[in-house]
Order: sequence, then structure tokens, then C-alpha cells
Amino acid sequence: MRPSGWQVMAGILVNAIYAMKNYPIVMVNTVLSPLSFLTVITFVSRGQLIGEAIEGGFIMSMFQAGMSLQGDLSHFKNDFKLQDMVVSTPSTPLAYVTGMAVGEIIYSVPALAVLVVLASIYIHPDAASALQLLAVLLLMFLASTALGFTLSTFTSDIIQSFGFSSLISTLFSTLPPVYYPITYIPLPFRYLAYLSPTTYAAEISQNLTGMVQLSSIDIVVAWVVLASVSFVLLLISIKKARWREI
Amino acid sequence: MSLDLPSSGVFSLIGMNGAGKTTLVRILATQLQPTSGRASINGMDVMKDTRKLRDHIACVPQEARAAPFMTPKQTVLSYLLWRGVNYNEAASKAVESLSRVGLGDQVDVFNRKLSGGTKRKVLVATVLSSDADVIFLDEPTTGLDPISRRDLWDLLAGLAKDRFVILTTHYLEEAERLASIIGILHRGKLIGLGTLDQLRAAVRFQYSLMLPSSQAVPHVNDGEVTVGSMGQTQILTNEDEARDISRALLENGTKFSMSRISLDDVFFRLVHGAAEEDRR
Repeated sequence: MRPSGWQVMAGILVNAIYAMKNYPIVMVNTVLSPLSFLTVITFVSRGQLIGEAIEGGFIMSMFQAGMSLQGDLSHFKNDFKLQDMVVSTPSTPLAYVTGMAVGEIIYSVPALAVLVVLASIYIHPDAASALQLLAVLLLMFLASTALGFTLSTFTSDIIQSFGFSSLISTLFSTLPPVYYPITYIPLPFRYLAYLSPTTYAAEISQNLTGMVQLSSIDIVVAWVVLASVSFVLLLISIKKARWREI
Repeated sequence: MSLDLPSSGVFSLIGMNGAGKTTLVRILATQLQPTSGRASINGMDVMKDTRKLRDHIACVPQEARAAPFMTPKQTVLSYLLWRGVNYNEAASKAVESLSRVGLGDQVDVFNRKLSGGTKRKVLVATVLSSDADVIFLDEPTTGLDPISRRDLWDLLAGLAKDRFVILTTHYLEEAERLASIIGILHRGKLIGLGTLDQLRAAVRFQYSLMLPSSQAVPHVNDGEVTVGSMGQTQILTNEDEARDISRALLENGTKFSMSRISLDDVFFRLVHGAAEEDRR
């Protein structure tokens, strides 16, 4: 069954519009988190890495949106039993997750708007690069959303859920070289960094805007890894996520 | 477990904690996959016809809460959108449904500001707003004060006029008051099913006489005599002996009350008997 627009809209209203209207403070965190890293990296590098830091801010915003989805879905599922209520309706997991995920993006709009302004001032990518950057960000969002939804269906309480989302956010968006080139970290740690899909996302972005120079093979490998990780996580969410529990 | 149910009124499932009430409701409401067995609602199999069935059911799960940052209207409206109803229709149905449960003047108040009983009414309004024929309510009155509980009973009785309500509860008085059919679950097995009269027929004694603590206990030929913690005596017996005993008590001027056995008595005996059987 195709998700109806109204079913998607329900998720957007519940996860973004109603919550945003009543708890505007939540938005402050989604703005501050990516921008604080950007500020630190810019100051420490005396402005030299501002381009990389802006791209890192985009990647972190999109990845964190997916991970926030995990916390929010888990909250709705365990504390309000909303998922069970929706399961017993004609809605589908795709409609439910799509609405909720778009809600997370809406929350990130202020941060993304600031980043777009900064990017137009400091990076000014051409149309082709901007489109490829957009593709990278969408793949990041797809991967983290799929991961977030799958994990949310397995968590039984909100504390456990926040534990997961903090851990994954740190492992995939704080520790890897997202805000600066991978060459800034010592060689043995680079191998570890390549375990994270965000490293490939950052490399592609930095290459697109001329901040690092990658060989054609490295670019292809980065795209393949990024697309594969997103595909595998999507597949796992379709096969393993517990919409209807077993 | 095997049961066939009618398609209107209230079917109440009762049982001890862990008996399987919520598991059964979640299987029937298509939230949980059964490991074995078959169940169908109005001819639709819960496993094979899931999508079709979900058009006809609505469920308020156990411990469900209305999100505190939303208003009753937003709660009902978003639920209807998930059911595929368009925005304008959902908005007007939400107000209509909330008015039906007496919350017409609180549609825009935040759920966090409502009392516990009113929050439950919001959830009942949510499923009431749908056109589902079968409504599942898993312990909807747990934790409510007696007045709020009775308010909700009135609502549920109204709801059951044109829908079939499957209700789980720990309050036997609630089941006795609302249900046209009662099911008693014990460790995943249905040990009793039927109207209250049919369930009474499943136990040996159908009449209960209660004597206050100060009264002497009469001789009982065929029955069970139980002395409560406060010294009051309950005699369970058959109709003829109940009549004989009451006549004797009246002649002696002894204070007592007599009634048919309650669901409480039936439940205790059936569950106790099943537990004894398990032990053997």
C-alpha cells in the first residue's frame, strides 16, 4: 500500500509542528550542535578550515536528524504507545517513518538555513557540486533514518534509546574527521575513521569543493561505500525493524 | 484457545497479571505476530488479511498516553490522518468526537493540563472518531478514581451500541457492568467464556449468603463456608439450600444478605480450580 499524504502529514505534525509550537527550546539544540563544532574548528584552524567545517555541519545535521528520529520514535512507542496505535490503523511503516523523518528535517531547518548562508559566503559551490552535495546529504539522512527506525523498534525504554543515539552520534559524527580533512589525524586512526560512512561523506564533499584532492578511484570507492551502507541499512530496516512485533 | 464472538456489544477479557490478556489483544489488533494458531475478525484473518483488517479495527493499548505537548484536538486529528482521513474531515471529526465524550470545551487545552480521567477520555475519543467496527481497549480504566471510572463506563456503554468493544480489565465489577460476554484467561488458556449466567453455571454453587461477624453460622449440608478476615461469613450453596438457610435465618431474626454469586466469586473459583489442576 502506498503511503497517503495525510498519513505522512500526521507524522510531520506530531513530530515537528505540534512539538515545535509547544517546546521551541528543542530547536535550539538542533541549531547549536552542528554550529558549535563549526565554530570551534574555525577558531582552532584560524579560519583555514571554515569550508570543511561548514560541510561537516551539513553532514552532522543530517546524520543527527536520523539519530534524533531514533530517540523520538522510541519515546512515542514506549511512553505513549503511539506506534501500537498506528500499527492498528491502515497506515504503513513507510508512511509513519517518512512523516516522522521529515519532521526531524523540519527541526533542522534553522541550522540548515544558517549553514546554507555560510556555504554561499565561504564555499560557493557550482550547481553540479551543490547537487552532488545534496545527494551525499540525502544518503546520510537515509542511512541514519533507517538505522534510527530499526533501533527504535528494538528499544524498550527511553533511557536505553538515548544511550544508543548518543553513542552512535559520537561514533559516526563527532569522532570521524567530518569537520576537517582526514589527513589531520594520525595514520593508524585513519583506518578506524574509514569504518564510518560519515568519513566518506566528508571526503566526497571536501573533494567536490576543492578542499581535498581525491583520485578518481577514491571518489568512486567513497560513493560506492556511502550508497552501499545506506542500501544495507535500508534493507535491514525493511527486513528487521519490528513494526508488528514478534 | 478457540472462540467465536458476536459483532456488537462488549467482550471483556479478565485474568490475573500475566494471564495473556494483553498478548491476545495485541495479536487480534495486529500488533503482535502469533507463534501459532489462527484468529479472524469478521472473516478477516489477522495474519493473512492484515491490511484489510486494519481498516476495521482501532486500539487503545495498555498504558497508552495522550502526548502532553498536544491538545485533545491535535491528538484525535493526527490519529485520523494516520487512518487516511483528509485534513478538513479529520479536523471536524476530531471536534465532533471530543464533544461526544464531553470534552467539547477542552479541545484546545494541552493534554498535560488535563486530569487522568480526562486524558483517558481523549484516547477513547480518538478511537471513537474512527469508523472502525471493532475497538480494542486494554485496561482503559486502570488507575482512575471511582467517579472517572464510572464516567468512562458510560462512554464505553455508548460506544458498544454500534461497535464491538474488546475490553480487558482487572476490575470485575467493570466487566460485570459492561460486558455481554466475558472471557476468563489463565496462563494463556480460556477457562471460562460466556454471559455472566453461563459462567455462573460453570461453578458448583450459584448462590451466596453473607452474614456479619457477630452472627452464628448455620449448618450447611451442601455448600462452602468461608470466614473473611473481618469475621464475616460467606456461604456458597445451591438455590434450594440457599432458600432453606435463608428461611431459617429469617425465623431466628439473623441479619444476612443473599444474592446470586458475583463475577468475583466465579473468577476466584475458576482460576483457583485451574491453578489446582496446573499443580497436579
